[in-house]
Amino acid sequence: MPAPLLRLTDVRKAFGGVRALAGVNLELHRGSVTALIGENGAGKSTLVKILSGVHPPDSGAIELDGASTRIDTPVAARDLGIGVVHQECLVFDHLDVAENLFINAHPRRGAFVDWRGMRARASAVLRELGADFTAGTLVGTLSIAQKHVVQIARALVNESRVLILDEPTASLSRRECAELFRIARQLRDRGCALLFISHRFDEIFELADRYAVFRDGSSVGEGELAGTDRDRLIRLMVGRPVEQLFPKQQADPGEPILRVEKLGRAGEFEDISFSLRRGEILGIYGLVGAGRTELAQVLFGARRADRGRVSGAADIALVPEDRQGQGSILPFSIAANIALPNLEALAPRGWTSTRAENELAKQWIGALGIKAQGPEQPVQSLSGGNQQKVVLAKWLARKPQVLILDEPTKGIDVGAKAAVHAVTSEFACAGNGVILISSELPEILGMSDRVLVMRRGRLRAEFTRHEATSENLLRAASDA
Amino acid sequence: MNLFGYQTWSEASRRDLKLAALVLVLLAAVIGRFPDYAAPRNLAGVLDDTAILIMLALGQMLVILVRGVDLSMAANLALCGMLAALFNRAFPGAGVLTVLMMTLFAGGLLGAFNGLLVWKLRLPPIVVTLGTMSVYRGVIFLLSKGAWVNENEMSRDFLEFTRTQFFGLTTLAWGAILLAALFIVALRFSRAARNLYAAGGNPEAAAYSGVDPGRMQFLAYVVAGAIAGVCGYLWVARFAVAYTDIALGFELQVIAACLIGGVAISGGVGSALGVFIGCLFLGIIRSSLPLVGISAFWQMFINGVVILVAVLLSARPRLGTRTILEAPRA
Amino acid sequence: MTAVLKRWESVLALVLVLEFVLFTSISPYFLSVDTLSDATFNFTERAIVALPLALLIIAGEIDISVAAIIALASVAMGLAAEQGAGTGGIVAIGLGTGLLAGCVNGALVTLGRMPSIVATIGTMTLFRGMAYAVLGDRVLKNYPEAFALFGQCYAVGPVSIELAVFMVLAVAFGLFLHRTRWGRAIYAIGANPVASEFARIRVDRYRFVLFALTGTACGLAAVLLTSRLGSTRPSIAQGWELEIISMVILGGVSVWGGKGSILGVVLAALVFGLVTFGLGLMNIPGIVMSIFTGTLLILVVALPALVRRR
Repeated sequence: MPAPLLRLTDVRKAFGGVRALAGVNLELHRGSVTALIGENGAGKSTLVKILSGVHPPDSGAIELDGASTRIDTPVAARDLGIGVVHQECLVFDHLDVAENLFINAHPRRGAFVDWRGMRARASAVLRELGADFTAGTLVGTLSIAQKHVVQIARALVNESRVLILDEPTASLSRRECAELFRIARQLRDRGCALLFISHRFDEIFELADRYAVFRDGSSVGEGELAGTDRDRLIRLMVGRPVEQLFPKQQADPGEPILRVEKLGRAGEFEDISFSLRRGEILGIYGLVGAGRTELAQVLFGARRADRGRVSGAADIALVPEDRQGQGSILPFSIAANIALPNLEALAPRGWTSTRAENELAKQWIGALGIKAQGPEQPVQSLSGGNQQKVVLAKWLARKPQVLILDEPTKGIDVGAKAAVHAVTSEFACAGNGVILISSELPEILGMSDRVLVMRRGRLRAEFTRHEATSENLLRAASDA
Repeated sequence: MNLFGYQTWSEASRRDLKLAALVLVLLAAVIGRFPDYAAPRNLAGVLDDTAILIMLALGQMLVILVRGVDLSMAANLALCGMLAALFNRAFPGAGVLTVLMMTLFAGGLLGAFNGLLVWKLRLPPIVVTLGTMSVYRGVIFLLSKGAWVNENEMSRDFLEFTRTQFFGLTTLAWGAILLAALFIVALRFSRAARNLYAAGGNPEAAAYSGVDPGRMQFLAYVVAGAIAGVCGYLWVARFAVAYTDIALGFELQVIAACLIGGVAISGGVGSALGVFIGCLFLGIIRSSLPLVGISAFWQMFINGVVILVAVLLSARPRLGTRTILEAPRA
Repeated sequence: MTAVLKRWESVLALVLVLEFVLFTSISPYFLSVDTLSDATFNFTERAIVALPLALLIIAGEIDISVAAIIALASVAMGLAAEQGAGTGGIVAIGLGTGLLAGCVNGALVTLGRMPSIVATIGTMTLFRGMAYAVLGDRVLKNYPEAFALFGQCYAVGPVSIELAVFMVLAVAFGLFLHRTRWGRAIYAIGANPVASEFARIRVDRYRFVLFALTGTACGLAAVLLTSRLGSTRPSIAQGWELEIISMVILGGVSVWGGKGSILGVVLAALVFGLVTFGLGLMNIPGIVMSIFTGTLLILVVALPALVRRR
């Protein structure tokens, strides 16, 4: 194997007293895609921040092309040829694509910004990538997938030799994913070293040729993907033998608990009819843009439908897709978060009781296995998986009849995932209904009693547990 | 490419066009009712009256672009105006250029104070400028001991500068036009200004490209302060009087002009041309009030209505975030 | 969290004690019951508005139009008095105007979807403009004698009616914010309005009510102030918005929402009020006092930032 383009040796980083990286090693090779795998809290995002110049490492060596380097600022990272495609799309919505590529590096003629030249160079790069939008487009009008392409174009303009893709596929449809991978392979073939961070194993095996696994801030494995398989990777990630990921208990669905009739909301979804039975887990599968989240929000009552009606369940709970923005209040304690939708029950005559709230929180910390120092701990200091457990707890505490879960295990580690699935299953078995919205085929297939498939705002297909297969679902969900 | 460097008729220029059309309609309505309004001398007078508003609004625009606000602008103006008047009284032979330099520098310093607090300490701009607003006003009182500086205490050069005419327009009016033209060109063609837009549009992304949003805010406050300082001299010279309460409350008109001109309170969006037209809009309304027989006391009320209507119509959706009160990113 | 809060209120309490020491050493008359009772008139009106404003700022909004609402309410009362209304009617008009003005703010923010800073800059200009437009340079003075009761009379011993009203309201607001679930919801809305909405808290409803409440408090302050002064000018309460906001921020309420306590605001009102009273006793003109107010405001937010940087 020729010398790596980028090599990290024994890099350590701590924040306050918390050790984020306890000595990791990483090698990125030219013309190769390396997948970085690890649970939440394993140190991946810290690594990205170090490589992109946001934080300096406490100790350890970084070598670029064999020469020892320091990456002090984001601009230094850019100048060294390290580019990043951030999950949250660091782009300027109010500026056009061309300018987005050249912020703080606008081509100039004398002292004046050369707009024509800038547009021309941007168009050239976009053409190379085969992008489906032009350089004069306002970035705010682009989709997330297109914004990722803008970020990649920016990396190209900066002549990046190392490109970090930080969970870029989280909100992309299958087709957009394929397009992104095509571009990534194009860059790989030009000699870039790519670092691909993802939780989705099928994508990892599709795009990457090498892997590196982090666990608790340390490197625990690396090598060629060809010589390994998913189970072995999971074992490296988790450090223990693979447990059953979808511990589903069998339940006998009873009478209908929720009836949805011809529900519609302009521009989002229409003519949705189905019923949900007691003890049933109803999966809703679909690609991004199918309207599932919008449907969930209407069922929950956060938005109103234009047509149709929902009848049945008295209390519907929603665990939203965005766990940090919509699901919980980060600076609040675990107890305060769990209490928030339950204030009426906890304080029936208005007067709040911290004791009662702490009791409730302790109950759920135990029931869901939330790893925390106590009910007063602020939620923002918990890992992603534990944060999601808190969100789950606050709704379960309300004892709803129907629980809607929107991408409940997105971006959380394997252990927490199993816990979420176990709890969901238990909830359903207790005679309640669950609607599970997910883009992860294994999750949908493993958990659901029935699966509905949405495409472009309409229900296209329904499958029972036995009928549902990856191919069926995919076919129904895509334009094929 | 069209006149201002836009390749396509972008959202910004379409907005400016609509506003310009609105102003023309307003002008036509006023002229229709009062034909004398169209007299060149009158129109020049309106521009002269609006000139200081235009200059201040351009400065305020920079601050709002980077997600700030400057409520201390009028106080800055008043303080520098008083400084100019006191200086002129003590050194009447010093010449206008000296006074201009002095107020530019003083205003910039006052603006820099705001900028430093916002940049280095990450304090919320509204609180900072509310504070400096009162401090600066209070300092005027200390300096002047509450006394006024009157016309007969000001030198001829001092007073004449703003009134000298070239091609029918006063120096003041030309100043506003030139500053607006400078801003229109600079905001489009200078890298620093483009970085300003980036810093206000997405501070986190800007940081990744090496643009320090805090530093951009600091620069915006310095420029705004410098403009306010010079306008202090211009105001005092034009109205031939200096006292503690000049331009009291004027910052609200300035902000109104920016909002009408299409500057987004959330930052990152705005055009100098739009602000210029927005000021003209307010200026025409203000000058036509006496014609319709509405007393000057209604001026403030009308300003309030204009602000509210303008913002309601521009209807930028409120996301979950707070503007101006938005917390700085860690 | 509670530990930090306790620290700030302790600082305020300490400052209050220092003030007493300082002023008493300057003038021995300071510590007399009469002087102190006089001192309370200085700040109770502002402090009454500071209470709901604190809730509003904790909920993540702001209201710069409070002084303008006071002026508008005062003008309305003056006009009512001119028309021959009795004391009861006048008070009702004052409170009603404040309530209405608050509702306008609330509507602009919740229905009009305007950021509260912009909306209240607009209404501030609007309401104050209405006061000027209606009154011009006139002064309204024809208030019935009984009306002077509120601002000038005493409830129990040296405790003025104004002070009594403030104390009752302070306790009520304190209990409401810190011990009820609605108060908890207010903190949540300030910390994360989206998540609060998802937790089935009717965020817009709370916002509207808080604006209306603030407006009504302004109406009440107008009643007390007008009653104390016995007259109305359109410039009444000019500059009060700065002082009231300063009281709230000095009290430890964070401008970004989600943090603050009523006890802090009350202590801050005392600190603030006593200082301005003391400075007034030393014949320092109001405009110079505003240097003090402005500096204090900046210091209050700057100190924690400076400490954090260490």
